[in-house]
Amino acid sequence: MSDPGNGDAAVPPICVRGLRTAFGEHVVHEDLDLDVCRGEILAVVGGSGSGKSVLLNTILGLKEPDGGAIEVFGRDLADEKARDELERRAGVLFQNGALYSTLTVIENVEAPFLEHVRLPPDFVRDLARLKIGLVGLEASAGDKRPADLSGGMRKRAGMARAIALDPDLLFLDEPTAGLDPVGAASFDTLVRDLRDAMGLTVFMITHDLDTIYAICDRVAVLADRHVAAIGPVAEMERSDHPWIREFFGGPRGRAAREKQS
Amino acid sequence: MFVAEALRGPGLAAFRVGRFGCRQAGMWSLSMVTDQAAANEASPDRRAPAGVEWQEHPDLRLIASGDWIVTQLSGVTGQLGAHRTERARLDVSHMGEVDTAGAFALARLTGGAAALRNSGRDDLDRLAELIERSGEPEAPRQTRPHGLFGFFVRTGERVETLWHEAYGSMVFAGRLTLTLGHTLAAPRRLRLTPLFAMMEAVGVNALPIVFTMTFFIGAVIALVGANLLTTLGVSVFTVELVGVAILREFGVVIAAILLAGRSASSFAAELGSMRMNQETHAMQVMGVDRFHALVVPRVLAALLMMPILTFVADIGGLVGGLLVSWITMDLSPTFFISRLIETVELRHFWIGMSKAPFLALLIAAIGCRQGLLVEGDTQSLGRHVTAAVVHAIFLIIMFDAIFAVIFMVLDL
Repeated sequence: MSDPGNGDAAVPPICVRGLRTAFGEHVVHEDLDLDVCRGEILAVVGGSGSGKSVLLNTILGLKEPDGGAIEVFGRDLADEKARDELERRAGVLFQNGALYSTLTVIENVEAPFLEHVRLPPDFVRDLARLKIGLVGLEASAGDKRPADLSGGMRKRAGMARAIALDPDLLFLDEPTAGLDPVGAASFDTLVRDLRDAMGLTVFMITHDLDTIYAICDRVAVLADRHVAAIGPVAEMERSDHPWIREFFGGPRGRAAREKQS
Repeated sequence: MFVAEALRGPGLAAFRVGRFGCRQAGMWSLSMVTDQAAANEASPDRRAPAGVEWQEHPDLRLIASGDWIVTQLSGVTGQLGAHRTERARLDVSHMGEVDTAGAFALARLTGGAAALRNSGRDDLDRLAELIERSGEPEAPRQTRPHGLFGFFVRTGERVETLWHEAYGSMVFAGRLTLTLGHTLAAPRRLRLTPLFAMMEAVGVNALPIVFTMTFFIGAVIALVGANLLTTLGVSVFTVELVGVAILREFGVVIAAILLAGRSASSFAAELGSMRMNQETHAMQVMGVDRFHALVVPRVLAALLMMPILTFVADIGGLVGGLLVSWITMDLSPTFFISRLIETVELRHFWIGMSKAPFLALLIAAIGCRQGLLVEGDTQSLGRHVTAAVVHAIFLIIMFDAIFAVIFMVLDL
């Protein structure tokens, strides 16, 4: 794949080393290592309470780590500059969209443009319409408020906002949760197409086995407070970690695997 | 270093608008047609602004240079408005990076995403496909009527909202009366736990602030009254002034205004966020009546606590007046109290008290109604909480005036 050539292709976009996070006495992560490679779609799976969302929030700088180091684009996240760069080069789709409820959808998508670049308003509006079209929303949805949208449409609108500035890194928090199977499948295709066209690196928290089998290059399993296993799905199937076996070997895992083959 | 010239005109062979920045490899300029190496050497810290040059001979050709990414586009956006009818060929041999915003701008300039195809760059091909799939964005813009017609439209809309508002208030009042009647008929349906919790929040917790507020009001009345009445030589009438003003008007009105500020707002915010969280929907499908579960405890709590608040407000005001009279005019507390009992008839106290339940009902009902009107977004929550307080205070003052007229006519 011909990379748009950022020059730092050798550096992994995200590199986590020896991460420790805790809420008071309760330790969520201990000695957690994780690398996200450029241009890949990485799925992060784990049981409820295994700290997937905490990991995402820590990488995004929303929660301070209690130990260890996180590097984003080769820069330590503790550095102010790295956070600025992350803000500019990363897009995030939160679980419920986290759209600004007082703005219309198109204003939501325009918000990152207004914050980070200086372009004429008409052009920004057209670009926002382009992104709204890209994620498969009808043009008329742009003038609606998030409260008037269905859950699936809200996710798509959140996606349009996340990719507004053509980020290098896309964080998705359970993108297909709560979507119907058809909608989920088209969301999967959307993520893959965007990755292929824009050279994105995708960090995705998901429980959706169909998504994992359909588009993810690698899977990282969070268990026992660290990354218990990481690798392609085929490798995960052969793991003898009890949780991983249950996750991929259960009836749902089998169904998803059969669907793909 | 920057070139920014716009030479337009039918006779000109070429016009150019653009900024060409400096790179590590050397200066970029239009003449360096063969300098291809620089284009492939981009790095996030050394990005060049996008530039564009039109060439009309031998064929119409757009030469793009720099990085066509969203942060570098500001130099070329000036041209985007001028659509060109003929399709221009695209020369990307000088172009650095490109993203969807850049590709979109190129598609605008060359007359369609199709022109981006076969430029020899894979990334541009894929972006063109994305843009084509999204469809050319169109502008479905609604225009509001303006001028005289617009004035009539807006006036009509406002009258209609007013009518809907009045109708909605009547429906709410009707349902509230009905539910309160039900509760009276079957007191077992009353939810005691929320009622007591509400009574604590609405009443007990408000006692200190109500007392303090009227204490100062009573003090101020005494101070102003003493100054005025001493010049007339009838300073003892200060006691009567304080007594009547506090017992008849200020005690109950101040307590009501505080109830509106503290509780009408919190009722609206509580019920409003429950609506945003779909909790009221959950209640509805569970067969829990919203009026029974949410509105009645709040209204009853306000109704039961308001007389107590008024009483405490009265005491606060009298204490404030007493202290000021003692300090400024040397009227002893014993004299103040005996004079108060002598001259201020008890009816003033009862007149003040009689207003308390009406105002409580009004305030609690407005708070709950505004809360239940909240829609999904945060703006509407803020709007309705504000409306709850503003409407409540407005109606407190209005009803107080109406009561004053009624009592005057009744010669009380």
